[in-house]
Amino acid sequence: MSEAVGTARVKRGMAEMLKGGVIMDVVNAEQAKIAQDAGACAVMALERVPADIRAQGGVARMSDPDMIEKIKAAVTIPVMAKARIGHFVEARILESLGVDYIDESEVLTPADYENHIEKWDFKVPFVCGATNLGEALRRINEGAAMIRSKGEAGTGDVSNAMMHMRKIGGEIRRLSSMREDELYVAAKELQAPFALVKEVAETGKLPVVLFTAGGIATPADAALMMQMGADGVFIGSGIFKSGDPATRAAACVKATTFFEDAKVLADVSRGLGDAMVGINVADLPAPHRLAERGW
Amino acid sequence: MKIGVLALQGDFREHIQAAKASGHAALTVRRPEELSEVDALILPGGESTTIAQLAKTFDLIAPIRKRIAEGMPVYGSCAGMILLADRIVDGAAGQETFGGIDMTVRRNAFGRQVDSFESDLTFNQELLRAVFIRAPWVEEVSQKVEILADVQGSDGKGHPVAVRQGSLLATSFHPELTGDLRVHRYFFDQVCAGAIK
Repeated sequence: MSEAVGTARVKRGMAEMLKGGVIMDVVNAEQAKIAQDAGACAVMALERVPADIRAQGGVARMSDPDMIEKIKAAVTIPVMAKARIGHFVEARILESLGVDYIDESEVLTPADYENHIEKWDFKVPFVCGATNLGEALRRINEGAAMIRSKGEAGTGDVSNAMMHMRKIGGEIRRLSSMREDELYVAAKELQAPFALVKEVAETGKLPVVLFTAGGIATPADAALMMQMGADGVFIGSGIFKSGDPATRAAACVKATTFFEDAKVLADVSRGLGDAMVGINVADLPAPHRLAERGW
Repeated sequence: MKIGVLALQGDFREHIQAAKASGHAALTVRRPEELSEVDALILPGGESTTIAQLAKTFDLIAPIRKRIAEGMPVYGSCAGMILLADRIVDGAAGQETFGGIDMTVRRNAFGRQVDSFESDLTFNQELLRAVFIRAPWVEEVSQKVEILADVQGSDGKGHPVAVRQGSLLATSFHPELTGDLRVHRYFFDQVCAGAIK
């Protein structure tokens, strides 16, 4: 019997189990239970949802371990938590707490403006954000076992998530259409390792699961992202900053499963109460655009 | 054979690929009408609470139980094993299953994701590489249930991770993630072949 933990297959396989599901941001045990009862496939434990981080400003860091432990104790579904970009000590702390996935997230204030965490070295898997294919492949090269398009977190404006999904999908399709001898230059342009570029060109998809995140606030937004080729969705501020979180959460779960059925989408879109108010990404001054963090 | 794969959440695409690679027609099942078209069903890996919740909302629990009672062959991996268990421990409050296998399954029995592992095991007299992700194990079974594989847990004891009761098959691990078709073939050739006339 040769047993192995923390292998790439086990880390990437965990993300495969989340597919077709909704991962919801929660700030306490009560919200975590609401999310689980609504059918969330995992929760992201954090102290402030992105909309509040945006509103309150200041440096955003890893959450208090006590708060993460309480959420872990409240639900049976997987619990994720965020570490700052490049903050490998926060990541070690989260690993020791036994969280199921770490999000090395641009929503928190970066700890390193050049390097991301070396993720191969951990038993716990990581999900990282990406705005384009090159960025996704650089993160996978560092050991990310799951990618999410970044969108613009905490806005309720889905346009950036759309842009990133189109960009990643378009770049994958472009690679698939290339001759093999053209992939060397493609790798140079994408600033990504040749082996990964070649793999994407051959398979027509990322080697890991691709979720989408940032600005998803309605069941229709979730279905839109699924139709754009996402394997699943993260909903941050969109649920618990809305008028009726439990109903909206359940509606988004149903919309993610029945994303191609307009009748189901119409049914679940009824009577949801107020959506989060939201901010147009275009109105955000450049320094406040989180998607631009990460390199 | 027409193999249905319950496609509410989880890695149903990989099971569809495994069914097709084994030479069968495979279709997704999200509604009672789709269930009635299939000869056998696969319950994929995923989050068992999410799948059960959606099955309840979209009125699939009673029709699936009925088909199971009528002898439809079903294979469940990981979350699918939980859904085939008559009893579960460490589940979410009020978590429902389809049931059918007279066993008790412990959810996340091997631990959290940091404890997820891959291991060699013997299934149906063949050595294969099995991938366990936040996996359940079988806590106890009645005499009706045949144990096809077991693995040692952190408690030092052996626990069943593959079981069969008549036309129902369940594994704690995910053969759909490895590209090894032997468990699927066992289901199609040994379990389904006997059950479908």
